[in-house]
Amino acid sequence: MTYEHIEFEITEGVAVLTLNRPDSLNSFNTQMHAEVRDALKQVKTSDAVRCLLITGNGRGFCAGQDLSDRAVDPDAEMPDLGESIEKNYNPMIRTISSLEMPVICAVNGVAAGAGANIALACDIVLASKNASFIQAFCKIGLIPDSGGTWTLPRAVGFPRAMALSLLGDKLSAEQAEQWGMIWKTYPAEELKEVALAMAKQLATQPTKGLALIKRALQASANNSLNEQLDLERDLQTLAGRTDDYREGVSAFMAKRPAQFTGK
Amino acid sequence: MPDYQDILVTGPDSGVMTITLNRPQARNALCNNLLRELADTLDATIGNDKVRAVVITGGEKVFAAGADIKEMAELDAVGVMNDIRPTYWRRIAQYPKPVIAAVNGFALGGGCELMMHCDIVIAGDNARFGQPEINLGIIPGAGGTQRLLRTVGKSMAMQLVLSGEFINAEQAREFGLVSEVTIPEMSYPRALTLAKTIASKPPIAVRLAKESLLKAYETTLETGLNLERKAFTLLAATEDRNEGIAAFMEKRQPHFQGK
Repeated sequence: MTYEHIEFEITEGVAVLTLNRPDSLNSFNTQMHAEVRDALKQVKTSDAVRCLLITGNGRGFCAGQDLSDRAVDPDAEMPDLGESIEKNYNPMIRTISSLEMPVICAVNGVAAGAGANIALACDIVLASKNASFIQAFCKIGLIPDSGGTWTLPRAVGFPRAMALSLLGDKLSAEQAEQWGMIWKTYPAEELKEVALAMAKQLATQPTKGLALIKRALQASANNSLNEQLDLERDLQTLAGRTDDYREGVSAFMAKRPAQFTGK
Repeated sequence: MPDYQDILVTGPDSGVMTITLNRPQARNALCNNLLRELADTLDATIGNDKVRAVVITGGEKVFAAGADIKEMAELDAVGVMNDIRPTYWRRIAQYPKPVIAAVNGFALGGGCELMMHCDIVIAGDNARFGQPEINLGIIPGAGGTQRLLRTVGKSMAMQLVLSGEFINAEQAREFGLVSEVTIPEMSYPRALTLAKTIASKPPIAVRLAKESLLKAYETTLETGLNLERKAFTLLAATEDRNEGIAAFMEKRQPHFQGK
């Protein structure tokens, strides 16, 4: 598949997926959904990929759904937005959050609507100082989707999630960092370099182990302590069977740097 | 063990035999041959003291996605009436030793029914259960309307059988269809551990306990209680019972011999 609305390349174990409709703030249309779906499938199935980096071209990260793609004809039947979510957004969020590798999001500018929530679905969110997050849904009578009503309260706490969602106010990246909603902010000109370096570093780490960490942390949102302790036992059993665990321990004992394969 | 085509048999290991449904190309659909191999394997171990419990699994991706539709399509009413399959199912149902199912992925139609023939079910959190026969203009034919209703109750049984909708592992646990939910990679190891624990218990007591429990499906409480008491009395004549009680009193590990 040749891509028109995204850029996608795999180098040194890192897949970089760049949303590329800068004139529309990288908002999603049907074509872009298909391209992202295709790229994510490659990430999921390629053994060469051990870290995914998602970012955008131009001044925005992603403005969510391209509304011009959904022009509402007043005489037409009411649209079924659930269908578009079921077909496009939910599978994308499910895929990103279940990828068995770290996913970094470098938010290079405004992240609005589904764009904000796609970022929040990633494992580590970096942002440029001039980036912003907007739960814009309430302004057009919709609810935060793409996992926003799930990730947001967990990221910022219930009162802030409620106000951000009901007011639709713009949240600056720096405020988001102070609140712990994202990991770190960087000057705009440094963001992509820092993000890529982090991705390359993560791609040399025990990928299977990192994937199990991710799985454990995600599961904690729905588990009691008792259930989580059982899950930790089970996931640690799997982690203990990886080649990288063996390599990690022997490198530690031999006081040499470990050579992880991700297996 | 003879060579099988549609299942893999391993063990016994610490008293546990594992049967892996092995038709990955057909998502472990339960064709006649697979059912026959399953029934034969179980039958062959009834008198074998080395097999004290059995684990049935389909692997990490799928348990069994149903019956073999092609085989079914070939039968007319008389063919169905003379079908050999109910005989296989009966042999599986009458197996006297504990059977644990480790279920990942789909357990649908005949796959769900096979699972309900097992005594205990450990499910991976990716498991999906259902009786989608209705979509084909048929109904469950291996206990799906009976065992399901007795396990999950009327409303959920009706919902599953009449709509063909699926439920997930967590729902299945809430409704009593499975006893534990694990991550998919651990459903088999967990089932194996549990089976080994059961295999270490006094085998005659295990067998009579299973028989008594299953009777609860079929009899009045009064008859069930009488059967339970008879089994309880019968155990008083076993060496293992004397050993079990003596070891408890003497605060030591019991040594059971199946006598």
